[in-house]
Amino acid sequence: MIADLLLAAAILAVAVASILARRTFTAVALFIAYGLLLSLAWVRLSAIDVALTEAAIGAGLSGVLLLGAVRRLASRAEAPANPPPGAAMTVLIGIACACVAAALGAVILLLPEPAPSLAPQVAANLPTTGLGNPVTGVLMSFRALDTLLESAVVLLAVICVWSLTPDGGWGGAPGAAQPILGDGPLLLLARILPPLGIVVAVHILWVGKDAPGGKFQAAAILAAMWLLPWMAGLVAPPRIAARWLRLTVAVGPVVFIAIGLAGAVTEGAFLAYPPGWAMPLILVIEIVLTASIAVALALLVIGPPVPEP
Amino acid sequence: MSATLFGLMGAALVGIGLFGMLVRTQVLLRILSFNLLGGGIFIVFGAVARRGAGAGFGGDPVPQAIILTGIVVAFAATTLAVALVLRLAANQDRS
Amino acid sequence: MSLLADVFTIVAVLAGLVFFIAGTAGLLRFPDTASRLHALTKADHLGLGLIVLGLLPRAGGMGGALRLLAIWGLVLVSSAAVGPMVARLTRGPEGRE
Repeated sequence: MIADLLLAAAILAVAVASILARRTFTAVALFIAYGLLLSLAWVRLSAIDVALTEAAIGAGLSGVLLLGAVRRLASRAEAPANPPPGAAMTVLIGIACACVAAALGAVILLLPEPAPSLAPQVAANLPTTGLGNPVTGVLMSFRALDTLLESAVVLLAVICVWSLTPDGGWGGAPGAAQPILGDGPLLLLARILPPLGIVVAVHILWVGKDAPGGKFQAAAILAAMWLLPWMAGLVAPPRIAARWLRLTVAVGPVVFIAIGLAGAVTEGAFLAYPPGWAMPLILVIEIVLTASIAVALALLVIGPPVPEP
Repeated sequence: MSATLFGLMGAALVGIGLFGMLVRTQVLLRILSFNLLGGGIFIVFGAVARRGAGAGFGGDPVPQAIILTGIVVAFAATTLAVALVLRLAANQDRS
Repeated sequence: MSLLADVFTIVAVLAGLVFFIAGTAGLLRFPDTASRLHALTKADHLGLGLIVLGLLPRAGGMGGALRLLAIWGLVLVSSAAVGPMVARLTRGPEGRE
């Protein structure tokens, strides 16, 4: 209980410091700390799957993305921003935001007792999927449509980011060119960490059917293992016109939809798995989707191609 | 008990994130505040999931799975926002 | 035997916490980046190492113990890489103060 209080206080302190920081770099550094502390809060809320995702995506990949953006914006002339709100306005905004938080807090305190829960239904139906991890069961079977739409959102995000390519850059290698380092700690890290990281990612994907883990966490780690050599200048990302790259990003949702349609034909419902086939089909979807999401996440962090001026 | 505590913390985070979004003027900080706000909303939802613990699970797995999906979607939206900001800055440089 | 293991765990984790506190104090109180890094890397590694060591008897088998050691190793490698990078950033591109 005391540990929870301290953790909550630390998260709130880091959050406040992050939005009040004078420099964007400081704000992003605090935001990464916020993400890591938040994943501890998820552990305390018995949501280990969410904790892993928060640490990998909320803190890790978002941190890399925002730090890169800070770096690229710092070398440019400061864009003329809107004037900040005056003191009276700031106080008013503060009061209004406090009201929103207080209303939400009141809702938390007034939640119905006993809490409504779908846990018994999940527990009753989990054996039909052959899975041991209830969250994976929900993601891949009971609420598979959400997961399918979400993989489509990630694919769509890649298309949107690519569509921001400036004139003359289309089809080229994504992202700003990274400086090639002759030696140094980052290069060393980029050489020794990926083999280990890939093993960890495969492990997390594989245990995801019975224990906390799964495709999103594994995909985030795989994406990081690609981004690391890219940032060290060891590898250049493939051109976005490359056919294999586009196929890899798209194959996950496509396989998911195909298996869903097959269920519609054989079982009479979209995304229904034939009895006894649930587990192997889910594994196929998980593995293919991991590859797609890993590549998509890395491409999202790298950004659209930047043509040389 | 810890569910209520973290739920209240999530509510406070929503307020903090909203404040940052409205008061800070740099676009990058607004994106960051938006993510802070999103984290608060996920935590509120997670507290609700924790209260639904039962049948041998530490929390209701359905909201937990939806939160997991939400984090990935929020990240995809953030990357798009950052790409837009960088593109805008590049356009301003050129003109 | 189990009492001995408990005592070992408590002593090692407490020792680790002392190093963590010392490292945090150094991070907050030291004047410049280099000495802050010194406090962070030295103290936190030893702190984490002692905590991992203390938790080893409770890992419940070989797999858990190996995972704990792997976590320690990964933290060592990553901060060994990050420390020099931060130091280089503060020294600037030409290596001057």
